[in-house]
Amino acid sequence: MDFDLTDDQKLLTDSVARLLGDRYTFEARKGFQKQDAGWSADMWGQFAEMGLLGLPFDEAYGGFGGGAVDIMLVMEQFGKALVLEPYLATVVLAGTALRIAGSEAQKSAILPEIVGGAMKLAFAHGEQGARYDLSDVTTSARKAADGWVIDGAKSVVLHGDCADKIVVSARTSGGRNDEAGITLFMVDGTAKGVTRRGYQLRDGTRAAEISFASVEIGDDALLGTVGGGFPVIGRVVEAGISAMSAEVVGSMDRMLDVTLDYLRTRQQFGKAIGENQVLQHKAADMLMSTEQGRSMSMLAAMMVDEADDAERVRNFALAKVGVGQAGRFVSQNAVQLHGGIGMTEEYLIGHYFRRVMMFEHSFGDTAYYLNKLADQVH
Amino acid sequence: MDLRFTAEEIAWRDEVRAFIDAELDPALRERMRVGFGPTKQETIDWQRKLNKKGWACPGWPTEWGGATWTPVQRLIFNEAIQSAPAPDLQGFNITMLGPVLAHFGTPEQKAYFLPRAANLDDWWCQGFSEPGAGSDLASLKTAAKREGDFYIVNGQKIWTSTAHMADWIFALVRTDPNARKKQEGISFLLIDMKTPGITVRPIISIDGSHHLNEVFFDDVKVPVHQRVYEENRGWDVAKYLLGNERSGIARLGKSRANLEFAVDTARQVRSGGAPLVEDRGFRHRVAQIEVDIKALELTQMRVIAAASKKSDGKPDPFSSLLKIKGTELLQATSELIMDTGGPMAMPIWASELHALGNEPIAPEWAGYMAAPYLMLRAASIYGGTNEIQRNILNKAVLRL
Repeated sequence: MDFDLTDDQKLLTDSVARLLGDRYTFEARKGFQKQDAGWSADMWGQFAEMGLLGLPFDEAYGGFGGGAVDIMLVMEQFGKALVLEPYLATVVLAGTALRIAGSEAQKSAILPEIVGGAMKLAFAHGEQGARYDLSDVTTSARKAADGWVIDGAKSVVLHGDCADKIVVSARTSGGRNDEAGITLFMVDGTAKGVTRRGYQLRDGTRAAEISFASVEIGDDALLGTVGGGFPVIGRVVEAGISAMSAEVVGSMDRMLDVTLDYLRTRQQFGKAIGENQVLQHKAADMLMSTEQGRSMSMLAAMMVDEADDAERVRNFALAKVGVGQAGRFVSQNAVQLHGGIGMTEEYLIGHYFRRVMMFEHSFGDTAYYLNKLADQVH
Repeated sequence: MDLRFTAEEIAWRDEVRAFIDAELDPALRERMRVGFGPTKQETIDWQRKLNKKGWACPGWPTEWGGATWTPVQRLIFNEAIQSAPAPDLQGFNITMLGPVLAHFGTPEQKAYFLPRAANLDDWWCQGFSEPGAGSDLASLKTAAKREGDFYIVNGQKIWTSTAHMADWIFALVRTDPNARKKQEGISFLLIDMKTPGITVRPIISIDGSHHLNEVFFDDVKVPVHQRVYEENRGWDVAKYLLGNERSGIARLGKSRANLEFAVDTARQVRSGGAPLVEDRGFRHRVAQIEVDIKALELTQMRVIAAASKKSDGKPDPFSSLLKIKGTELLQATSELIMDTGGPMAMPIWASELHALGNEPIAPEWAGYMAAPYLMLRAASIYGGTNEIQRNILNKAVLRL
């Protein structure tokens, strides 16, 4: 049992916090959001320069060989600043797929490009009819003479609009929910037959609906083995849950701080509203939820590389529910304790609120994982 | 960062479990599993077994029999005891009085009382709360007037757990009614329950048990050498006592044992033509409790890891989080036990029928299913109500 961070990890946390504190103020973020891409290419360059884009990748590809705890530390800071850039999509989601399933050729071609900031990726798995069901894939890939042909559509693909390369899951055999018949491919974002419709999500980050109409790709686009996509998707989703959990923890920290400031300064009935015990107790409950959520985020980070499948899957279910419920409680009460101002687009609390909302509805929601846990009660 | 137990810690857990398996009376263990408490004699016997092993008072200084365990080892020990389930270490003796005497006591007080407390030769109870002094403990009124080598004590204590079986009581009394601040006129006395003038009156709680009492003091003569620390400095002693030894305050082992008992019983209870354990609603409640137990388990580890690093001796305000969330889980799990029993949890089978020597008329699991639920409503009240704990969090962390 050891909760200590290494000196390198402390340094990493401090430097990300400093960069975002200087450059990623709430006002600056509004500007980034208004740019064409919906995020800042300049900040992306800064992340590359700091080595954040290479954090989890092997040194052989220009990376830093970091682990899930390092990602957790960065994402916590991202959650405090509500970072808009495609870090989760590129480094965590597609990056995990490449790390686990990529061939040597794929990794040496793509990872250094990610590390340097030149290439952005997306992970296109969910479909409109699939909800949170990871095996529900109707997009198809059929074998052609010198490669594959992909048809279908992917939905709410995080940062799918800007991705240079897209990791796509497609059915190569079996029925609609057949786990064994799913295969992953790397498709160029600009390949012939790929149509992307980008939009903003509720929290201000970008996503896209992507359709594939007879998209022809070569055999070298196969990521991993034919029919071997499903377990990789599971690991990608877990890495996403872990990273986003940490982001929620950062957001909860910030919401609690901002709310406490407001309770100290807002005057009603001739005194600070924070002098009311009912509000103090609500704030104490927010503090407890934040800490319980932080514990669960740590659990998720520790589980990313757990080899025992049953143990890992179960703990991710526990963590996802724990962080989701904590985030919901803290964000709802942050708005409530602010009163009317908390409802406005102009004020920052509502933006945190929506980022946390986004987490709960990514990679399986609270009901989905509670059901999974409930199924294990015998 | 690594949240897993080390190999040494797992070996320690196995050692504790093996000791419990070998030494704990299986019949007592089974009765505790289904919700009964141990008798006084059973608690004494168990405490003496632990004492022989050197595990009776792990939190005390080693010269008085304390252990050199790490905080994690101590947590593992506490949770193994709770989830066995085995009788807890007698809290008044071991977690409250012992550390206080070791810290504030005179050499004579230490030499006489500590070994007896560790071995449960004396059963201690705690005389803090009064009818007018609950959460606002410092407003207590029980008066101790100095007359030569004695204090003459008059007044009343209430909610005194196990006073009816206690040999001694440690009590907060007012020695200076004119002190500038009410905290400044309080002293900490050790009082023999056999002293003339003490009357114990039972308070039956909503679970039907006799655990609580009122204790009346009527011109009770207490030798001055039975005062701990300086006169009028008893509040310092009380604060030390309340801030001491928070390991295990969350009682997660107990909540785990409760959950296990509920699920085990739900396998035997039928609902809608199938075992209750297959019921969707039941399973969801279990799942939610499992999430909450896991979160608290990790938070507790973080608090313990932080405590072992700091040296100012002050209580960690996050102990209040452990207390609130831990008692919520005790309540949620005991509620689940009762609801699992359903109508079968409603009769007072155990204390009425079984006590009369009748043949059991209900399945064994139904014996005592509502009692823990009723009794544990107190969990969010005792040891500083959960609202007071939120005040502590506010004062120490939020600072609103």
